[in-house]
Amino acid sequence: MLEDKDRIFTNVYGFQDWGVEGAIQRGDWDDTKALLDLGPAAIIQTIKDSGLRGRGGAGFPTGMKWSFMPQEPKPGRPNFLVINADESEPGSCKDREILRHDPHKLIEGALVAGFAMRARAAYIYIRGEFIAEAKNLMAAVQQAYDKGFIGKNACKSGYDFDVFVHRGAGAYICGEETAMLESLEGKKGQPRLKPPFPAGAGLYGCPTTVNNVESIAVAPTILRRGAAWFTQFGRDNNKGTKLFQISGHVNTPCVVEEAMSIPFRELIERHAGGIRGGWDNLLAVIPGGSSVPLVPAAQIMDAPMDFDGLKDLKSGLGTAAVIVMDKSTDIVRAISRISYFYKHESCGQCTPCREGCGWMWRMMERLREGNAAVGEIDLLEEVTRQVEGHTICALGDAAAWPIQGLIRHFRPELERRIADKQGGADYAVAAE
Amino acid sequence: MPKLTVDGIEVEVPAGATVLQACEAAGKEIPRFCYHERLSIAGNCRMCLVEVKPGPPKPQASCALPAADKQEIFTTTPMVKKAREGVMEFLLINHPLDCPICDQGGECDLQDQSLAYGRGHSRFHENKRAVTEKYMGPIVKTIMTRCIQCTRCVRFAEEVAGVEEIGAIGRGENMQITTYLEHAATSELSGNVVDLCPVGALTSKPYAFEARPWELTKTPAIDVMDAVGTNIRLDSRGRQVLRALPRLNDDVNEEWASDKTRHAVDGLVRRRLDRPYLRVDGKLQPVRWDEAFAAIAARLNGAGADEVAGLAGDLAEVESVFALKALLAAYGSALHECRVDGADYDVSRPAAYRFNVTIAGVESAKAILLVGTNPRWEAPLVNTRIRKAVKKGAKVYAIGPRVDLTYPVEWLGEDIAVLQNLPDALTGAKGEDAGIAMIVGMGALQLPGAYAAARLAAIEIGASCSLLHTAAGRVGALELGFATEGGVAAIEAQAAKLRALFLLGVDERDLSPFAETFKIYIGTHGDVGASVADVILPGASYAEKPATWVNMEGRVQRAERAVFPPGDAREDWTILRALSAMLGKTLPFDDLMGLRNAIASAYPLVADVGLAEPEAAARVRAAKRVSGAIVYPIDDFYLTNPIARSSPTMQRCSAEILHGQPAEMLEAAE
Repeated sequence: MLEDKDRIFTNVYGFQDWGVEGAIQRGDWDDTKALLDLGPAAIIQTIKDSGLRGRGGAGFPTGMKWSFMPQEPKPGRPNFLVINADESEPGSCKDREILRHDPHKLIEGALVAGFAMRARAAYIYIRGEFIAEAKNLMAAVQQAYDKGFIGKNACKSGYDFDVFVHRGAGAYICGEETAMLESLEGKKGQPRLKPPFPAGAGLYGCPTTVNNVESIAVAPTILRRGAAWFTQFGRDNNKGTKLFQISGHVNTPCVVEEAMSIPFRELIERHAGGIRGGWDNLLAVIPGGSSVPLVPAAQIMDAPMDFDGLKDLKSGLGTAAVIVMDKSTDIVRAISRISYFYKHESCGQCTPCREGCGWMWRMMERLREGNAAVGEIDLLEEVTRQVEGHTICALGDAAAWPIQGLIRHFRPELERRIADKQGGADYAVAAE
Repeated sequence: MPKLTVDGIEVEVPAGATVLQACEAAGKEIPRFCYHERLSIAGNCRMCLVEVKPGPPKPQASCALPAADKQEIFTTTPMVKKAREGVMEFLLINHPLDCPICDQGGECDLQDQSLAYGRGHSRFHENKRAVTEKYMGPIVKTIMTRCIQCTRCVRFAEEVAGVEEIGAIGRGENMQITTYLEHAATSELSGNVVDLCPVGALTSKPYAFEARPWELTKTPAIDVMDAVGTNIRLDSRGRQVLRALPRLNDDVNEEWASDKTRHAVDGLVRRRLDRPYLRVDGKLQPVRWDEAFAAIAARLNGAGADEVAGLAGDLAEVESVFALKALLAAYGSALHECRVDGADYDVSRPAAYRFNVTIAGVESAKAILLVGTNPRWEAPLVNTRIRKAVKKGAKVYAIGPRVDLTYPVEWLGEDIAVLQNLPDALTGAKGEDAGIAMIVGMGALQLPGAYAAARLAAIEIGASCSLLHTAAGRVGALELGFATEGGVAAIEAQAAKLRALFLLGVDERDLSPFAETFKIYIGTHGDVGASVADVILPGASYAEKPATWVNMEGRVQRAERAVFPPGDAREDWTILRALSAMLGKTLPFDDLMGLRNAIASAYPLVADVGLAEPEAAARVRAAKRVSGAIVYPIDDFYLTNPIARSSPTMQRCSAEILHGQPAEMLEAAE
């Protein structure tokens, strides 16, 4: 279990002052100049050595991502850092805690990361519904300006760095990195085609890196305590600590910082007070937010909670938003609701997602009531394969995976409902 | 120059080419909906998916993927086939499949591609989505349920037409294409979205339910609504032209056409002159051809050189102008003029009056100076070229009243006097490298001395000087030397002496100076010219005769006959040929070939199709101080010639788009 001394987010529950004084007491902004004095190359190397993988869901190595940025920005074409605070994934609620209770960790991280990437400024794109969070974040940015931590000659390092907070308007798709850039530029939030990747042509056509809030917020602590400290947690390739967000049918749902690779059972027992009704009552878990496939109880119980461990279960760590479902759950309805979410949030730009999400949801709704033919389960599976991997961004994949997980693990349940409804008669035959 | 293989065929493509282009170079057909050569890449239809090695283990959109060295592309693998079937299925699940009542039927990308790449049946058992109707103006009919959200129309409006008035609202399956507040798009190019739309969501409103494409006879022709010489295809059935579509010509119109080009064709069957008329006791009476000819012969019997004159209007083609010139010459008369708009410029050598920069050449100009011209109305397709130049970084300066040209313009003033006092930004960049294109409009050339001032200013700033003509027949007539020193005013001065004045479709000029003159009008529509004529000889419109047209650049183009003229109307040159025999001055050609040979031997510049390089223009004499406010020649884009004025579609466009009459009111009036 992660000891308190090893926690990065020491005010995740908001028991202390979120403002700049509280942050300084917790060790933020402590000689940030010394961190910057390490130089961009050393900062990026440390992050690489720490094995930090992006906390936004895809798990791309953060240090490597930073190293893609041009070393010498051309005049008139500055580098930008964009911080993705558009946390909208159902189940995820970690960035929210950082934004409202520890915003200075993020702002300091923005400075350090921005400096490492020679960025001129950081844009924090915050979810529109986060009103109190945006208020705190904006106030914290102002405090940091007032203290001289950011702005001209940030932390007396001689480096000029601005932080802008931009509020979204409530579209899930704007959490996709290129859609976020479009939205920041004032356009309709629709993902861009890649290539070009943002590191080549991003915000306003300038080199841009988009990082998750948590990835940025942990950077100063990693630099202070060293890569070796960070790598002592978690398995190889899955290093560090992570904010887990446990929701659903557990006794005490919570957001908690834990070491990566912690077994699921330990995570739940220690922090969430166990499964409601005991472990025998566990039905399935969505381990990484709504977009990853669910994992049935038997497989998840002793699985390590990290990128590779969950990938082996054909699911993913995602944002580590652990959604626990006990046997009282109507699992088909749960997945159908997720399908509705993706149908609602598809941007409508590219065909498979625009048309497929609605189709999948409608089939799910019928399957929920068993108002379908058995063959339609295969059809649904095939439709998810037609969407997956054929779209511009990953929303199509995200819409397809939960359904694939359901069919993979709960096909008997789907068939049972059809049988109950039809009394065994084939739907298609009955229709004729 | 990346080298790659497509299905094992090695191809080399220019750097920056896409995989889709590489596949086409290898002769592979890649289905697509959203991709269009002249628009930005959207990559959203996902129909062009191909398998790429090296690359991720999923199909990639070839339209957006840069071709790279040593890539291996596969277009026929099971993965690609499955991907295409999948996308096709998605496109069709919410498509109404109402092909039997859809005007796009028979020329629909969705139909064709679903046949070639789709599955044979539908697996979709849910209810289909329906989309509420959108209003897009008098040209574009919408059935938005058919829309597949390819956004070609959105990109066209924004990128080519320069009006950001078409866009997508809503998201996911509720995404809908609409115009801003559902008003008609204020673009003179809006009809092009109909061609761009790969399905039947945007179709032509005037052509709705008129015909099926396979019923139509397709004739290559040249447009006469402006002097661009847009290459068009006239689709006709029986004796009526039902629609005009642009043909591809990168030097002229690329693949666009203005709304007037497309939709003035319904004016070809209205207000037509279909029999000869003779004014008897002040009133026009229908007569036979021989009666009309006899009346003219009686009038012209023994006429001398100063007693017969001719004017050629905006829509006169080379053949008829040549015939008229030859007839006048038979009387020894050189009183002929085609600059009926009164513009004054040097006509001695082609380079003096042509659009020398060339239409395609405008794109590469580094700076453009517009003098007294509103290209958006006078030549919409030249305006799109200027817009392209602006996108490449050119700066546009203009002298004249402020208008919205769809790109940023630095307005220098409304008075032509500015020409002799140009800003440093223009005068500073002397020399060949400056790449300044000066475009002088007919609005400026109405002012005395303006032509010389413009030519001298062009020399001063090292610019090429180009005249932007507004009439399709003008440059052709000028190439035949159909002009007189002093212009129409010189002929007006002789009006009292004239026994007869030939008017070859002159409808854009006040003819009151010739009130007492015997006027012979050869034309197509009952318009200005016909109303004052003493004899009306019904001619053929541009769709009804094989004709040679010379566009503003001096480019010679040939059109074929799409339909026959109505009633007793005849091709104009045959009228003149027949009349010449009655007058005892028989012209020396009997058929079109003979006529064209005669033209070719007399005027080599118009002998062959294409753009012949002219010799340099003569020097101009030093200009006096010029001044005067510029007035643009066109005050209603949609109603610039008799055909357009007779067209209900153009009248409606004018009323709704330019005069702001609400659509509902117009519908009620009908």
